[in-house]
Amino acid sequence: MKLHIHGGRIIDPASGTDQTADLCIEGERIISLGEPPADFAPDQQIDASGRVVCPGLVDLQARLREPGQEHKGTVASETAAAAAGGITTLCCPPDTNPVTDTPAVANLIQELARSSGNVQVLPIGALTPGLAGERISEMVVLSQAGCIAFSNADRPIVNTEVLRRAMEYAASHDLTVLLRPQDPWLAANGCAHEGAVSTRLGLPGIPAFAETIEVTRLLTLIGQTGARTHLGPLSTARAIQMIGRAQFDGLPVSASITAHHLHLSEIDISDFNSQCYLRPPLRSQRDQDGLRHGLARGVIGAICSDHQPQDLDAKLAPFGETEPGASALETLLPLSLRLVEQGVMALPEVIATLSWHPAQILGIPVGTLSPGTIANICIFDPDQYWTVGPETLTSHGQNSPVTGWELKGRVTHTLLAGRLVHQPGACRIYS
Amino acid sequence: MKQHNIQIDDNGKLRHFLTTEGLKRQLLADILDHAENFVTVGNRSIKKIPLLRGSTIANLFFEPSTRTRTTFELAAKRLSADVLNININTSATTKGESLLDMLRNLEAMHCDMFVVRHAQSGAAHFIARHVAPHIRVINAGDGSHAHPTQAMLDMFTIRRHKGKFADLRVAIVGDILHSRVARSQIHALTTLGVHEVRVIGPETLLPREVQNLGVHVHHDLRAGLADVDVIIMLRLQRERMTGALIPSEREYFELYGLTAEKLAFARPDAIVMHPGPINRGVEIDSEVADGPQSVILEQVSNGIAIRMAVMSIIMGNRFGNDREET
Repeated sequence: MKLHIHGGRIIDPASGTDQTADLCIEGERIISLGEPPADFAPDQQIDASGRVVCPGLVDLQARLREPGQEHKGTVASETAAAAAGGITTLCCPPDTNPVTDTPAVANLIQELARSSGNVQVLPIGALTPGLAGERISEMVVLSQAGCIAFSNADRPIVNTEVLRRAMEYAASHDLTVLLRPQDPWLAANGCAHEGAVSTRLGLPGIPAFAETIEVTRLLTLIGQTGARTHLGPLSTARAIQMIGRAQFDGLPVSASITAHHLHLSEIDISDFNSQCYLRPPLRSQRDQDGLRHGLARGVIGAICSDHQPQDLDAKLAPFGETEPGASALETLLPLSLRLVEQGVMALPEVIATLSWHPAQILGIPVGTLSPGTIANICIFDPDQYWTVGPETLTSHGQNSPVTGWELKGRVTHTLLAGRLVHQPGACRIYS
Repeated sequence: MKQHNIQIDDNGKLRHFLTTEGLKRQLLADILDHAENFVTVGNRSIKKIPLLRGSTIANLFFEPSTRTRTTFELAAKRLSADVLNININTSATTKGESLLDMLRNLEAMHCDMFVVRHAQSGAAHFIARHVAPHIRVINAGDGSHAHPTQAMLDMFTIRRHKGKFADLRVAIVGDILHSRVARSQIHALTTLGVHEVRVIGPETLLPREVQNLGVHVHHDLRAGLADVDVIIMLRLQRERMTGALIPSEREYFELYGLTAEKLAFARPDAIVMHPGPINRGVEIDSEVADGPQSVILEQVSNGIAIRMAVMSIIMGNRFGNDREET
């Protein structure tokens, strides 16, 4: 199979490419960027004029809900949504049921993903068995079974000695650790940013320093253990400042945020809107500004979806009784593209935070259009408007906080290893 | 997604009563004026007027309450409505689906109004957003968010004693953090235009950025009570002791308990209020609770008049709409 993508604006952050050019694909790989080879005879052409051709997006955190919560989503349904969102690689956290703390579960997830064939799914292994925070897991065995990194999902590791040993062990085997910083006591029972809005609504709050206190502990441990650590998704401006300083000091720490935290704030829950119940919570406007600033400065390497599809009932209750999280795979790109119009970052930089940089964080050879690499490609129309809603989302989870928003920028084609997994009119490939 | 005020109907009239926040002063004043008409009903030998005859009101209490439920029930019965009391064990309905299912069932029984108490902030809003269009919702307390009829009966009591709101200094003392009553009082007081609202308590019992609600913060009770016209004491729930919020009842009473000595810092004609039930010796001394400046029992009887006023206004607005539609 030979594919010729012509006339598109090619953006490849790894090589600094941003030009109108052609891309040629043979089999699974990209064979040329620029003029097609003289003897190239394509089987299929894609006219990408007026569109952007970029590396397939790399999502550091998306829950597929399988195994364990198939009523909220399956590997098949959610990877189809990912493909519709231009994502070609995604990492799924270990808080499945059973927990991803054995090679069997890691293999199961990858096998389900392979048979759906929509995106490359990389399971994240549990840092501690059962996410209980008591012992360290078989990280090397899990990594041999395909786990790309190790995390304790949203469960805290209260015992600092266990966390220290887990990070030391990961460091000695060159494994990446992913952690979402939050002090479990300060966040207990909380469901909203502790501030003016939670005070008005009488909702139990999670103070901003629940995040920064844990960042302090983690930065100290990163300094001590040398473990390559990724923190995210983050929500506070102060945490970004602290991580920026640590990066300046040479610590091996990276950071990510979600696209929702760049556009929404605590104000958006003021109507008790449970679709805006996220974890970490939507914080103040000042925090949102800090996140945008941290992204523009490069302290935050990646924007992730933090996709958490929910069944309808999960969001149909009084605010505090609903389940947190947003369906986010398909809005990741267009919400991130808003940053270009809003003057926060240039388009190639936004693409980098969605592809090349997260690939670098994971240490995997994707997120680039360099000839010779696997042809994971996203083609999108940067000028197409679409309205977020049940008619336009492929995900089983309809719980988008931006339902009803008109977004600009829609994926037209997604290629996974040279194969079209999403193309115009191909909504709901699964079913 | 509609962003309009869910409490107000298309004619700008009260549709549901969920919170005192975001309502016009005139609307709150109307409730107080209406309540004046109902105060005397309780003193008559026949304590019933036929305003809501044929209407069915369901008291949905997801959280135990005796007093609030009783006053709502009495208010509804004095308006000649049929009353359904439903006490729901919250542990049995922690899922939203069963809550919605239950609402559907009650709608099918042709209820006209739900009076809702729930442990979760925002529960009354949730219900108001999901009920059939002809059903009206009154919030009888949701989590730490709002308890608007309690706040209005307090406003009513204040107005009966002080006349105008404009010159008043009002102090609210105690556990503001967990108090739905305090939040509703603050919104009502600022909307009705009092001179100054103060909240008094240790930082551990004050919500973050509470100043944004338009109040002045005091940590010292004596300084906070200086020259106030109205003192509202809040109930201190015993479970607050376990959460490292206050060291002991003894120390709390020492610092924030209202005694005759501390009361003397307020204006000599200041009134003392409490939404009840009172913890004597924890937040208030018996001498003050039963003293000449206390209006605590009066609050209880005003509660019935206020609830009659709110119910009749809301149902009256509904009937008005129905007439226009037909």
